[in-house]
Amino acid sequence: MAGSRAAGGAAPAPLTLVSGPEELLADRAVAEVVAAARAADPSVEICDLAPGALQPGGLAELVSPSLFGEAKVVVLRAIQDLGADQAEEVKRYLADPAEQIVLVLTHPGGVKGKALLDAVRKHKPVVVDCPKLTKPAERITFLRAEFRRQRRAISEEAAQAVADAVGSDLRELAAAADQLIADTEGTVDEAVVARYYSGKAEVSGFAVADLAVEGRLGEALEQLRFALDTGVASVLITSALATGVRQIGKVAAAGPNARDLGMPPWRVDKIRRQARGWTPDGLSVALRAVATADAAVKGAAADPAYALEKCVVAIAGARSAQR
Amino acid sequence: MTRPGGAWSALIGQPDAVERLHAAARSARAVLAGASGAAVAAMTHAWLFTGPPGSGRSTAARAFAAALQCADPGVPGCGDCQDCHTALAGTHPDVTVVSTDQLTIGVDQTRGLVLGAAMSPSRRRWQVIVVEDADRMTEGAANVLLKAIEEPAPRTVWILCAPSTADMIPTILSRCRHLALRTPSPDAIADALSGTEGVDREHARAFAKAAQGHIGRTRALLLDAAAAAGRAEALRLPTEVGDVGRALRAAQSLVDAAAAEAKAMSDALDAKETEELKVALGYGQGKGSGSARGVAGSAGILKELETKQKRRATRTQRDALDRALIDIAAFYRDVLAQQFDRSGGQELRLVHEDHARQTRAIAENSDPAATLRRIEAVLEARKAIAANVAPLLAVEAMALTLRTG
Repeated sequence: MAGSRAAGGAAPAPLTLVSGPEELLADRAVAEVVAAARAADPSVEICDLAPGALQPGGLAELVSPSLFGEAKVVVLRAIQDLGADQAEEVKRYLADPAEQIVLVLTHPGGVKGKALLDAVRKHKPVVVDCPKLTKPAERITFLRAEFRRQRRAISEEAAQAVADAVGSDLRELAAAADQLIADTEGTVDEAVVARYYSGKAEVSGFAVADLAVEGRLGEALEQLRFALDTGVASVLITSALATGVRQIGKVAAAGPNARDLGMPPWRVDKIRRQARGWTPDGLSVALRAVATADAAVKGAAADPAYALEKCVVAIAGARSAQR
Repeated sequence: MTRPGGAWSALIGQPDAVERLHAAARSARAVLAGASGAAVAAMTHAWLFTGPPGSGRSTAARAFAAALQCADPGVPGCGDCQDCHTALAGTHPDVTVVSTDQLTIGVDQTRGLVLGAAMSPSRRRWQVIVVEDADRMTEGAANVLLKAIEEPAPRTVWILCAPSTADMIPTILSRCRHLALRTPSPDAIADALSGTEGVDREHARAFAKAAQGHIGRTRALLLDAAAAAGRAEALRLPTEVGDVGRALRAAQSLVDAAAAEAKAMSDALDAKETEELKVALGYGQGKGSGSARGVAGSAGILKELETKQKRRATRTQRDALDRALIDIAAFYRDVLAQQFDRSGGQELRLVHEDHARQTRAIAENSDPAATLRRIEAVLEARKAIAANVAPLLAVEAMALTLRTG
């Protein structure tokens, strides 16, 4: 056994803390430790415990030396959910770690289980941070890194297009990158992405509302379909439509005093542009259509999707009829 | 024939109903004495009291309960004995009053009632169960009641209260004797309120008309400045809907007022209730760490209370908004009355007499067809809010429809 370990790469550190809410990155960090351990010793035993799977006293069993002294990787996920007794067990083990054992702990961040987390940090673990990627630019960087990992290239614009099309979920982005890498050759550019992904997957009700009140019926219906297919709740769409129509009414009526409505100036300017082509009668028709749709999506009608489409058509029509 | 006693005095403007219930109470005594046949015909074990909101359904139910429990040897429902007092106050051991400040009465609560209904009365007369908001029973809950209402224990009496027979499922309806209350006349309300509350009779009469015969609402308008202000606010809306911006603003302030009313109510009640429950669960009791957290499982109970409070707030807001919408509907009813009036105001019976000038102005500038469409819009908004449409959206759609008519 000892021989095979020497033949492999560097053995992983005996204690690793994977900390942060981004699950994909956390999974990868765990997988990397496991892979390193396997490289060091192909016969290593892996105990990957799902959150909550640790029985009282179970840790002692897992880390106790076996008859032949095999190496072992023990992965404890979501340590913030451990009970007080199990947390105590982990602390006891850390104070007196066993040889041959590689312990990996994951924690999603936050204050829950902070006492245990602090105790773990005292034992100088290798810490892998897995922060949530919140900014669009970070997601682009992530995508490009995905391609680089597999020794491929993607242009900045193409990465942007993928991010727009797939959305913000990191797993989906990674899967999309894998797909593109497997299906294409050479540098991935915008044209290639457009062949595989078209349209926007993540559409908010507000996007639909903006298009509807601007009278762009075709696009509005398209975006509505996208929104419904990606699971935007229909009540959110009706409330966005209501807001869209209502704000036009308020801004149009307020005239030069629209600054007093408590909206940011850019918003007022945008709504002013949208308000062109609307008349009081049109607004009245549109708002009634939204009220009908709101009742429909709350159970008055059998098919909320149809009710929403009808409503969007009515809003766009109420505007164009006045021109 | 004895005259009905003092227990009935709170029931305003319902002489026919009092007479029938008085006869029933006398029959009930005959039942207790072991009589049968015609002597007991006026009494039965299940009653359905219907009448418009505020006509005194639950007052009638309590008065009837008192008459059934009354210990006076002469007249049932004397209003003076201890049984009468406790039954009227809702503390009599054999009178269960079920009312809800939630949106519905559910199956669980009803099962509990059915269980209690199987008991014998503790004081040798009747076991009376009053369901004040029987129309709020879910269909499942109503079905639970069927068997218990059809064949109750020998001394159990059910009294269900609902706005109309249409609010009850037919299977319940066919098992109950029906008593209809009428809308009390403004004069009856004015007489009663000027007697008990010491308010000016003419003043009371005007508000009784504005409240459309709703006694509790009349009292609120007379005595509660906030209620009167709310009515004035609601009745301003029809005069505000001339242009889109003002219509939207008026709708917003109407909904805000309803929300504020709900908030005022929950502020007064919620914190106190939560505090009491926490004490009951042992929060902050005793010494040492851990004692501040209460007994195990109490977080769930607190959560349940929170859900309940939230539902109550929803209902309060809806009720407040509904009152405002009824006032507005009556406003347009007045407009219509002015449009059809050929008597030069002589035979005009307006609901909102203090707004005659406003209704006349709108009547002169529109035709009856538009007024009918406006009334329709108000009623539609009420229906939409009941169907859970966002209140602001429903009221806005209404306000914009009122604009054009």
